[in-house]
Amino acid sequence: MVLDALTFQAVDGSSLPWLLIRRRVLSNVSGLRIVPIRCLTSGANAGGANSTHDSQINHDQNKSTPNNELDQYDIAIVGGGMVGMAFACALRSIPLTKHLNYAIWQSNVRTMGRFGDDDDAPSFFVSAIIINCLSLLVDVGAWEYVLQHRHSFFDKMQVWDYTGLGYTKYCARDVGRDILGCVVENKVIHKALFSSLEMKLWSTFSKGTWQAMRLLDEGSASLRKQSKIHSVQLKTIHPSRLTSMDLQSKKSTVKLDLTDGNAIYAKLVVGADGARSRVRDLAGFKTTGWSYKQNAVICTVEHAVENYCAWQRFLPNGPIALLPIGDKFSNIVWTMSPNESTERTSMSENDFVKAVNHALNDGYGPHPSSSFLGYNPGDSSWEVPPRVVKLVSDRMAFPLSLLHAKDYALDHVVLIGDAAHSVHPLAGQGVNLGFGDALALAKVIADGVGLGAELGELSVLKKYEAERKPANTMMAAILDGFQKAYSVDLGPLNVLRAAGFHMAQHISPLKKSIISYATGEQKWPLFG
Amino acid sequence: MASKSWKLRRLLNPNRTNPLNFSISRPSRSLRTKRSFASAPQSAPSDPSRVLPPPPPQLLNRPSQEAASSGPGVARGRISSSLNESELKKFSAIAETWWDSEGPYKPLHSMNPTRVAFIRSALCRHFGKDLSSARPLEGLKIVDVGCGGGILSEPLARMGAIVTGVDAIDKNIKIARLHAESDPVTSSIEYCCTTAEKLVEDQRAFDVVIALEIIEHVADPAEFCKSLADLTDANGATLISTINRSMRSYATAIVAAEYILNWLPKGTHEWSRFLTPEELVLILNRASISVQEMAGFVYNPLTGRWTLSDDLSVNFIAFGTKSSR
Repeated sequence: MVLDALTFQAVDGSSLPWLLIRRRVLSNVSGLRIVPIRCLTSGANAGGANSTHDSQINHDQNKSTPNNELDQYDIAIVGGGMVGMAFACALRSIPLTKHLNYAIWQSNVRTMGRFGDDDDAPSFFVSAIIINCLSLLVDVGAWEYVLQHRHSFFDKMQVWDYTGLGYTKYCARDVGRDILGCVVENKVIHKALFSSLEMKLWSTFSKGTWQAMRLLDEGSASLRKQSKIHSVQLKTIHPSRLTSMDLQSKKSTVKLDLTDGNAIYAKLVVGADGARSRVRDLAGFKTTGWSYKQNAVICTVEHAVENYCAWQRFLPNGPIALLPIGDKFSNIVWTMSPNESTERTSMSENDFVKAVNHALNDGYGPHPSSSFLGYNPGDSSWEVPPRVVKLVSDRMAFPLSLLHAKDYALDHVVLIGDAAHSVHPLAGQGVNLGFGDALALAKVIADGVGLGAELGELSVLKKYEAERKPANTMMAAILDGFQKAYSVDLGPLNVLRAAGFHMAQHISPLKKSIISYATGEQKWPLFG
Repeated sequence: MASKSWKLRRLLNPNRTNPLNFSISRPSRSLRTKRSFASAPQSAPSDPSRVLPPPPPQLLNRPSQEAASSGPGVARGRISSSLNESELKKFSAIAETWWDSEGPYKPLHSMNPTRVAFIRSALCRHFGKDLSSARPLEGLKIVDVGCGGGILSEPLARMGAIVTGVDAIDKNIKIARLHAESDPVTSSIEYCCTTAEKLVEDQRAFDVVIALEIIEHVADPAEFCKSLADLTDANGATLISTINRSMRSYATAIVAAEYILNWLPKGTHEWSRFLTPEELVLILNRASISVQEMAGFVYNPLTGRWTLSDDLSVNFIAFGTKSSR
């Protein structure tokens, strides 16, 4: 049984471990979490009726101008990162939800300063968008923008380990496709989604003069008479950070309090505010998770030649991944112990480049053998990864952890993306899972609107949870199991992993199944 | 489908040798009414006769004269032919729980999206409305008879309909009003504590008349259907949903739902009051409403969801249009 489980993990895992990614650019680095916690009450938190709560309410009554019609939204999206934006785009692309008006919240204006001109050095925050998530970008009209900016398709991925016992190589051709996915800088994805929402807003947005915005479409219930054309209204809420959320007694709106004493009301609050979600804490969602005691070092490097393959090599202390981002540049995500990460981020650039080449090719065991029991792999033979010639960005290290919310939905509050699940970045699935969430939630809301259900009705939101939670849990478990399988350097285990690689490499239906799972076409690995 | 319409035709044939007896439930009902006045219906669990499900009455073995003589008598003695005192008391006792989706009305809450889906598509087809619109029922005047706490009226209002919700229980209406206030879209619903008969007296008329899960609780289903027909405009539509009087419905709607799963308070339904689809079609036809479409609701215990199906053996809904005479 134990053996079965291990093999299973190795076989499955080998499909995924190609890219490590940093998703969550915005919310992780900045975002709402810096907000001083003044009040941790929420309607969902039943025990909230204490003195702090009461004083907060009094405070609000004194200071704010509640229930101003302008402050009423159908949906408040907290967190304007990639996932939050993707959700807003998805809402607008579905006929039954495009009439909804919503506010997107991104409290930290400095974050916006990141979005410079295109001739910037490539950002090291990149995402590998798998093929079925590309269709989301296409559907919402964000894809054109991505195509006009730096991006890199990859049609191959190669995974191998330091023992030289096994390797797996996937080609898009194996599943009759041209590509497996596309690596795009997060800032490009974000800007693409934003521009498809409303191009004009961008200038205002990037100057940082707004804190919350409101989009109103034709057909919006409140404005139907005035606006025939689809109009955009900006609303400035001063130093607006979320201090508390309060489910109103009538249970149909959530009041969101801001630090300046203002408040807005929304029928549904969508927490897209990243791994350290403020919405999640305020609403009282319970989570499980742990820290891996590993750091990931990320940076951008340059090769002598262009790269069209995603590479990942498993080393004793964690995997190193190389993702093509176009123009001879590649992104590196290198998982290691915290001590090593301090050392590698402080060493000289030349030494670091040497260390990277050592990790990718020069060091550790021999190259895996391409032939297996006399079988000639031909096209899918093992290849040497391209050499790194130069470091072109800063190096940044951040700790890895796994976190999964026990519920995704409470009454009138729902979590998407990293707020609901932050997975090990081993396979770069973070933003893909987040996009999956965003699309699923928008569809579930559309179904609810079609049936005249109340926005934010728990039974509707639970359908989203039922759809996404098993998929996300499965991915998190596979990544976690894979990470664990590689954190042990033990003879028999190494052989097992190698066996897994061989199975994945040489059994064709299995390989297809794994690729379809990793690229999101199939819901379950192996059985789908 | 073919066999169903054949069955209907057979039922509607006046030359049929063994006419269906609609009054079979009446003797037992009047007996039960007396008993429930004697023992308070609210204290149902303490009543030993309620601990076990009541046996299903046997079909077609009651003298029809008895039914014929007692039926009209009962009806005449009341203010309104469709009100049933003991049923009113029963539902008044749990009115507070209408919007508790885990409470006594949990089955209705879980079934509601499926009912709404049927109503929406049937009405869109009949009135030529756009199914893909967020407010497909825009402009339709709808009355929800037996609206309870408003769990159907609110979705209808959100879909753009001009909704009137009526219920004979004052408490229900108060709860429905309170709940609808929270949203400007639903606060436009007109809630009245009244009956279908009273609305007819007031000469009200609607494009659509909907009475869901209510006909099994009224005293005289035929009279009730007549009132519904009178409320329906020419070319209007009538929708009625109820529970079939089948062995399966006895097992699921009464034994399972009330006694095993405790979904519903014991005594919520009396099996003998249930109408079969054929009976419903017949009494609607007599009230000049011709049934165009019927569908069943089937519960999947694994997913906890209801789906529409051809299986009418437990919960079903009928969509009819007013035929001009």
